Amino acid sequence: MDFKKTKGLTDAPLHYCPGCTHGIIHRLVAESLEELGVLDRTVGVASVGCSVFTYNYFNCDMVQAAHGRAPAVATGIKRARPDDIVFTYQGDGDLAAIGTAETVHSAARNENITIIFVNNAIYGMTGGQMAPTTLPNQITQTSPYGRDVTVVGYPVKVCEMLSQVDGASYVERVAVNNVKNIMKAKKAIKKAFQNQIEGKGFSLIEVLSTCPTNWGKSPADAIKWLDDNMATYYPLGVYKDKEATKND
Amino acid sequence: MAEKVLMKGNEALAEAAITAGCRHYFGYPITPQTEVAAYMAKRMPKIGGTFLQAESEVAAINMVLGAAAAGVRSMTSSSSPGISLKSEGISYMAGCDVPAVIVNVERGGPGLGGIQPSQSDYFQATKGGGHGDYHLIVLAPASVQEMYSLTIKGFEIADNYRIPTMILTDGTIGQMMEPVSLDAVEVKQFDKPWSACGQRGRDHRNIINSLSLKPEELEQWNFDRYKRYEIVKEKEVMYEEFMMDDAEVCIVAFGIAARVSKNAIVEARKQGIKVGMIRPITLWPFPEKALKAAAEKCKAFVSVELSMGQMIDDVKLAIECKKPVLLCNRTGGMIMSPDEVVAKIVEASKM
Repeated sequence: MDFKKTKGLTDAPLHYCPGCTHGIIHRLVAESLEELGVLDRTVGVASVGCSVFTYNYFNCDMVQAAHGRAPAVATGIKRARPDDIVFTYQGDGDLAAIGTAETVHSAARNENITIIFVNNAIYGMTGGQMAPTTLPNQITQTSPYGRDVTVVGYPVKVCEMLSQVDGASYVERVAVNNVKNIMKAKKAIKKAFQNQIEGKGFSLIEVLSTCPTNWGKSPADAIKWLDDNMATYYPLGVYKDKEATKND
Repeated sequence: MAEKVLMKGNEALAEAAITAGCRHYFGYPITPQTEVAAYMAKRMPKIGGTFLQAESEVAAINMVLGAAAAGVRSMTSSSSPGISLKSEGISYMAGCDVPAVIVNVERGGPGLGGIQPSQSDYFQATKGGGHGDYHLIVLAPASVQEMYSLTIKGFEIADNYRIPTMILTDGTIGQMMEPVSLDAVEVKQFDKPWSACGQRGRDHRNIINSLSLKPEELEQWNFDRYKRYEIVKEKEVMYEEFMMDDAEVCIVAFGIAARVSKNAIVEARKQGIKVGMIRPITLWPFPEKALKAAAEKCKAFVSVELSMGQMIDDVKLAIECKKPVLLCNRTGGMIMSPDEVVAKIVEASKM
């Protein structure tokens, strides 16, 4: 098998920092859309944060949404064009803080869309502030002494939360910290799109990702930090799969 | 003669949207616009349309943005506090050049205010409302019939210029019942080759976006948008003149305030005062030329509005402060009586 550039990405150079795993996740999304043969009828929704420029990268029609509003925008597109494949690509600040309502309610409606949720435990674009998913004691620009859970509370576990939402069809947490996990992430992302094609409803894939720049680590150390800290606080796995439950 | 049906203003507006080809309505409950959502909830499923009650006004306007970006006619309605919440999305729609119709059935403010009619969102509607350099096209119905006709017009004008359009009305016009003619009208439809609806063989990607980190580019986008605004100002101004032929006093009023003013004008004329009215139907663009021409022959103006005095600024600007402008106003959900307007007309006639 030849290793080629996927048709799901444009030729625009990515603006992401060295060692950031957004590039890997982009490729997994783009490959999935290409392999499923739906690129030509896909509309992506870009969010606010590091992923804001995804409208330059994914090789399909794109709409850029306000901070946190991507699931609402995607709902509007999907309701207008039910035959289109509609996805959002959102970070943790966007999806789990300012956009919590849109996330929960699109899941509750079992909106037939696919959400790619990139969790790197920090606000990247604005320079490394505390995110809803920042770990306890983690140092950021706005938690310079470490996240003090007695003052600012605890991280939001999105997959665990959505697993309790009746409407949600498929919710899985994956990581892109090693080859094995990347392969698993690809499988999950592709399934999330396949679900939409089959009209199964709301799918969300949370991808644990790195931010070497704002974590203040080398790319290799960032991967290790993800292994040691994020993957333990945010366990990988399937949190909801209506199909699987049905077959049990 | 055409058959007329008795309808509430809010219902006529909803029916007009359906006539205009709107099949995607997204809303959130708030008084006094609730009949719009209730009407859509009943009708849309029967005609293959989408009625969706969103989790918030914020989500509803972004659903409208998504549907409109995908190329269909879409609408939301709300009342004053809800419009403040929608203002973020409205700014994005203006920045993305995504056309849709937004309805504000105004109630008293600020804050939670009250649920009685008001016109105190005039500034918000006509000056932008959200952040950034933009305008909405703002239409102000003064009857249930106009709730119908101007809503259809709103969809056409929005699509034609790719500018979101607001129907700015109030709790009285929304709630009152009047006979309406729902005659078959020819509704203009527009191709939307720019819409993000999947490429399907198109040789380029369509991107709906308001972001540019290059100031030269963003400035140029704003310049281009304002060129379109100039065309709108040239071509789309609408107003009604009432008893203006010999008028020495000119009332300026829109919506329900114009209805009250008409009664007052008839009464004042019985007392021998030559008074007339210019009723802006488009609040943006404002009928500046008509007012400027009126300033040549009238000796005084009266701005009649349900606010602490917002449109009065535009009246003064339009006539370049060449004549005195009095304010006749009530606020907080109160409506002036014709007698209160007559008293102001008498005062203006003595200037």
